[in-house]
Amino acid sequence: MSYYDPKDLRKFGDITEWSEELGTKFFDYYGKVFEEGALTAREKSLIALAVAHTEQCPYCIDAYTKDSLQRGVTKEEMMEAVHVGAAIKSGATLVHGVMMMNKVNKLDG
Amino acid sequence: MGKLKTQSLQKRDSDLAQSNRQLEILSNGIFKTGELPTFAKKIKETTNHFPLRPRKLEILQINVGYMCNQVCEHCHVDAGPDRKEIMTWETMEQCLDVIRNTGAHTLDLTGGAPEMNPHFRRFVEEASKAGIKDFIVRSNLTIIRANKKHYDLPDFFKKHNVHVVSSMPHWTRGKTDKQRGEGVFDLSIKALQELNARGYGMPDSDLRLDLVYNPSGAFLPGDQDAMEKDFKKALMEDFGIQFHSLFAITNLPIARFLDYLIASENYEDYMYQLVEAYNPAAVQNVMCTNTISISWDGYLYDCDFNQMLELKVASKVQHISEYNEEVLNDRDIIISQHCYGCTAGAGSSCQGAVTE
Repeated sequence: MSYYDPKDLRKFGDITEWSEELGTKFFDYYGKVFEEGALTAREKSLIALAVAHTEQCPYCIDAYTKDSLQRGVTKEEMMEAVHVGAAIKSGATLVHGVMMMNKVNKLDG
Repeated sequence: MGKLKTQSLQKRDSDLAQSNRQLEILSNGIFKTGELPTFAKKIKETTNHFPLRPRKLEILQINVGYMCNQVCEHCHVDAGPDRKEIMTWETMEQCLDVIRNTGAHTLDLTGGAPEMNPHFRRFVEEASKAGIKDFIVRSNLTIIRANKKHYDLPDFFKKHNVHVVSSMPHWTRGKTDKQRGEGVFDLSIKALQELNARGYGMPDSDLRLDLVYNPSGAFLPGDQDAMEKDFKKALMEDFGIQFHSLFAITNLPIARFLDYLIASENYEDYMYQLVEAYNPAAVQNVMCTNTISISWDGYLYDCDFNQMLELKVASKVQHISEYNEEVLNDRDIIISQHCYGCTAGAGSSCQGAVTE
């Protein structure tokens, strides 16, 4: 058995049982964040899907893949969103290369 | 049209072609162990609508036959070219008697592809004289382009002021063809353009053209208004197509959709989704409370889904030949776990969402 059980996602709401005030505040906030605002709920779903991948959260990937499908998002759009996440992730790694270059230049320039 | 997706469950001799087998599945497993509550238990606990009873009859829905030129992956009717159940003219005449005297304001013809019934046009001509306010034909669109003899259907619909309601699972070719068969998207687009050319679906036109969206897989439909905006934008930008409203309909776990859920190992998860999305506010407006469904052989049902499960109305009156609206309205509606499909989220009916 893996550490992650897909069925646990259904129990997410149960976290409120051990800390009602904080749990409720979190879910109120969460619900509000995903409401239609300056961004559409569809755009938010795609952002969440990309972040789910960079966070490598299996529950979030499960939830926001389904959420995207429900909002009519195509698989091409979903994969592009994942690439956006991946590009930022790899960019964030690579941009540190400048630090490395600075250090080399200082020590051995 | 290209290759058909599959054959009907009936033709395949599938276990699930039997309605009692479907009902058994819906009552066993997670519902038998109590892991999930039955629909009856749920509405008993959360509403005062148990037993579920009809309100005023508003919609007469007539299924004129299960024959269809398409074999969509998730069809709850298990329709297809191999289905031979077709309403006879004799039964249609009995329907016409009812249509002329009913208090319902909407007449809703469905199938299969209703246009494939050989008496379809004669029936529409007669029914349109009865003065019913809203006369719907559920057209799958491809039938309009399937054969030369159907090419003039848009003119025919216009002549009789028919309200056209058509299925469109997505605004992209790939997702539509996956669900409804190769080539369906292109033919549907052509048919929609033909309807637009007659004035159907145009902003100020009385010729109503609505689209039905149901998800292409094991997930629930998103918000109806948001989906409508996306559909309108994409169909206008890509093809210059206009339509009035989008009805978002939840797939009910019966017939070919149930078969798909089981085969893809999504059944339990899907039932969880439906139960988790249960909305008590949708219960009072579920379509069985204002609709009577009539089958090709004249029997009466609470809805088209109960028709496919062969659950006839719990009334002394069970056939169109003995139709009596008052007696019929005094009945309990038959429910099972498939009913969760109509109470999920904003609710679902043949007219789309049932709550604001």
